[in-house]
Amino acid sequence: MYRILKREELVPNIHLLKLESSHIPLKASPGQFIIVRADEKGERIPLTLADWDADEGSLTTIFMTVGTSTQKLALLNSGDTIPTLVGPLGLPSQSENFGTVLLVGGCYGIASIFPLAQQLKKKGNRVIIIIEARSKNLIYWEERLKEVSERLVVVTRDGSYGYSGHVPDNLKKILEEEKVSRVVVNGCTFLMMITSETTRPVNIKTIVNLNPIMIDGTGMCGVCRVQVNGNTKFACVDGPEFDGHQVDWNVLLARRHTYIQEEINSLSFWECEKYG
Amino acid sequence: MAKIDLFRRPMPKQTPKERIKNFSEVALGYTPQLAIEEAKRCLQCKKPLCIGGCPVEINIPGFIKAIAENNFPEAIRIIKEKNSLPAICGRVCPQEEQCEKVCVFVKKQAPVAIGRLERFAADWEADSKTESLKAESQNNSNNKKVGVVGAGPAGLTVASDLIQLGYPVTIFEALHEAGGVLIYGIPEFRLPKAIVKREVEYICKLGVKLFCNFVVGKTRTVDELLEEYGALFIGSGAGLPWFMNIPGENLNGIYSANEYLTRANLMKAYLFPEYDTPIKRGKSVAVIGGGNVAMDAARVALRLGADKVSIVYRRSRTEMPARLEEIENAEEEGIIFEYLTLPTRYIGDENNWVKEMECLRMELGEPDASGRRRPIPIKGSEFITPVEVVVVAIGQSPNPLIPQTTSGLEIGKNGNIIADEKTGKTTKKGIFAGGDVTRGGATVILAMGDARVAARSIDEYLKTGEW
Ligand SMILES: Cc1cc2nc3c(=O)[nH]c(=O)nc-3n(C[C@H](O)[C@H](O)[C@H](O)COP(=O)(O)OP(=O)(O)OC[C@H]3O[C@@H](n4cnc5c(N)ncnc54)[C@H](O)[C@@H]3O)c2cc1C
Ligand SMILES: Cc1cc2nc3c(=O)[nH]c(=O)nc-3n(C[C@H](O)[C@H](O)[C@H](O)COP(=O)(O)OP(=O)(O)OC[C@H]3O[C@@H](n4cnc5c(N)ncnc54)[C@H](O)[C@@H]3O)c2cc1C
Ligand code: SF4
Ligand code: SF4
Ligand code: FES
Repeated sequence: MYRILKREELVPNIHLLKLESSHIPLKASPGQFIIVRADEKGERIPLTLADWDADEGSLTTIFMTVGTSTQKLALLNSGDTIPTLVGPLGLPSQSENFGTVLLVGGCYGIASIFPLAQQLKKKGNRVIIIIEARSKNLIYWEERLKEVSERLVVVTRDGSYGYSGHVPDNLKKILEEEKVSRVVVNGCTFLMMITSETTRPVNIKTIVNLNPIMIDGTGMCGVCRVQVNGNTKFACVDGPEFDGHQVDWNVLLARRHTYIQEEINSLSFWECEKYG
Repeated sequence: MAKIDLFRRPMPKQTPKERIKNFSEVALGYTPQLAIEEAKRCLQCKKPLCIGGCPVEINIPGFIKAIAENNFPEAIRIIKEKNSLPAICGRVCPQEEQCEKVCVFVKKQAPVAIGRLERFAADWEADSKTESLKAESQNNSNNKKVGVVGAGPAGLTVASDLIQLGYPVTIFEALHEAGGVLIYGIPEFRLPKAIVKREVEYICKLGVKLFCNFVVGKTRTVDELLEEYGALFIGSGAGLPWFMNIPGENLNGIYSANEYLTRANLMKAYLFPEYDTPIKRGKSVAVIGGGNVAMDAARVALRLGADKVSIVYRRSRTEMPARLEEIENAEEEGIIFEYLTLPTRYIGDENNWVKEMECLRMELGEPDASGRRRPIPIKGSEFITPVEVVVVAIGQSPNPLIPQTTSGLEIGKNGNIIADEKTGKTTKKGIFAGGDVTRGGATVILAMGDARVAARSIDEYLKTGEW
């Protein structure tokens, strides 16, 4: 069993989960993920590492409540335990001195770009960050991200804070102002897709951290297969980072929707059990 | 011995009609009376060929005699001298290819039902709760620790052997439950998970430490573990699923057998939504392949409520690698066999769900390297059939994770770790391997046999330090 050190709702529907782990922090790198199960009947779900501390023996991940597993996690508190915690999985993000790197984060990706920003900055990159949310009250970790970047741009879709609109609108402007050599996007599939489509015409290498459905996370089941440059890859072991200009987004979006109907059934079943 | 009895006692089973609606075990096991009757058929041959057919050389006439004499504790004692997982082997060994294949009665088509008797003795022991810990751990002076990668039959056997020789043993398992294919692959109705759990608990009671949720190559590398452990055994199996690389294979509704079976077995998707993991319950399911894995997937699909399940195999029934008993079970349950058929592409609907597959008919040509007749496509025989779920069960090979993250391990052309058959030694000092990771997909008992060999040479290596 793995102990929860902290669970906190940062902004509506987005939670921080801090778990006790002595061995994962020793090997963790930016871009990697863990797999957890909320309880003995739970699904195995992947979550990206947002922070870790080897001395304290802890790791932190940020999750958004979307279905049964994440709802279950959202009800846990410090001192509770979960039966499965495994990692670090996936390949680490590439990080070297690229020059100027632009990191884009939305929803949980606002947090998962943090360790990468920290590392890229250490390696001497000029780090620019754009984070996006629907509205001002959904922005979190702004201060933390400021510390690891030269420039932080906030975009809200309703214009309640920072720039208004979507990432691509503002991205174009930044790409005119700055000489960006690499873009990395974390967050929902749609954000990764539209960002990649924006950088494609100007030919800036764009790395996305893909989030297909997974089970084992070790290359054993093949459910996480994605199509990249015409080849089938297993995101859990060959990724989860890929070149966004080579990803077949239609396959990814469709495969993520495999169990839509079942997910709705699962959630209503669980809610009935839980709340009667 | 009395007169020759050629009536091989059949195994009581759930009827096909009943069993396709549940996940309970199909074969119900011998009653004591049936077991004694069957055991009495054994001729107690002076030169028992059957022993040579068993990869771990169980004293077969010995334990069968004990059953015939109603001395079940003695029977299980004799079996366990050589086999620490008899309830499992009695159920899943391909006996018709091993011990029973060479029984003197085989010419009369009535070999003694060795597997069923082995299972009987093991189940009897479990039911009577007489299991005693033989924790007479030998003292060993150097106390070097042994690490085991993977808790499948190979890893469990190495651990059990070495702990009994007095070595502290730790198993590292990637999944959240121990058992390997026995837990994630082979379905409940063929091997109840309670049996696997019982064996794992037994090994833990002997003192083996088990760390689940630990992916060697990620959580720690083999090289890092080697700094802490005197020797390591790699029993990580053959878990990388193959696909055919034909158009449309990434459509929704197309599964690898590993995914399909893992959802159903390990994650208990057949109990969805009580358990959270879903699985698609298609009305028409096609399973591609002809091995045990394909049979298991097809029979799972049936139990998940499919109206039509077909096995699509490119050769004919004679060449099918699955166990005869499982083919017969599948036939009885109403699974349709499409022999000499090869899928060539999948066609999706507007939401990217598979809706049809295109196949080619084949004919058999000359034997190939495997000795089986080679399937040759018949030109112009393409046809299209509707399908909702496809399970690709054409084989698997070892996962490259450990080879990629370990220095100095020689790897064969199918990704298998090269190990010496007689010692289990790999090309890297201190590292041993066995089971599916060295053989590619093989059998439970061969994995256990490899493990036994490796345990012996690990003991020797740790005592002498000689490689
Ligand atoms: C490598 C990787 C890293 C991820 N990192 C994070 C993260 O840091 N924070 C975060 O909030 N989310 C992350 N996700 C997504 C997260 O795993 C899913 O949101 C979660 O599994 C949903 O589970 P659920 O039961 O709550 O919802 P469900 O009702 O099961 O599903 C809701 C949605 O989540 C997707 N989903 C369902 N099951 C899985 C699964 N097993 N794996 C992936 N996606 C699934 C489905 O496409 C669906 O659209 C990551 C996914 C991957 C693959
Ligand atoms: C569906 C199916 C049906 C079968 N039916 C039969 C049958 O009827 N009879 C028969 O004799 N054989 C059968 N087999 C074959 C048999 O199950 C295998 O030959 C046997 O399980 C091999 O044992 P193993 O210990 O080598 O590997 P496995 O059983 O594969 O166990 C390997 C273990 O290592 C773990 N692992 C892998 N990588 C890592 C890592 N990096 N770190 C930590 N742990 C890791 C895996 O999670 C797994 O638990 C079947 C196989 C399948 C898939
Ligand atoms: S272990 Fe397998 S091969 Fe050996 S006697 Fe038992 S059933 Fe036969
Ligand atoms: S070969 Fe057959 S009859 Fe002879 S000892 Fe073995 S099981 Fe008995
Ligand atoms: S999650 Fe199973 S292979 Fe990637």
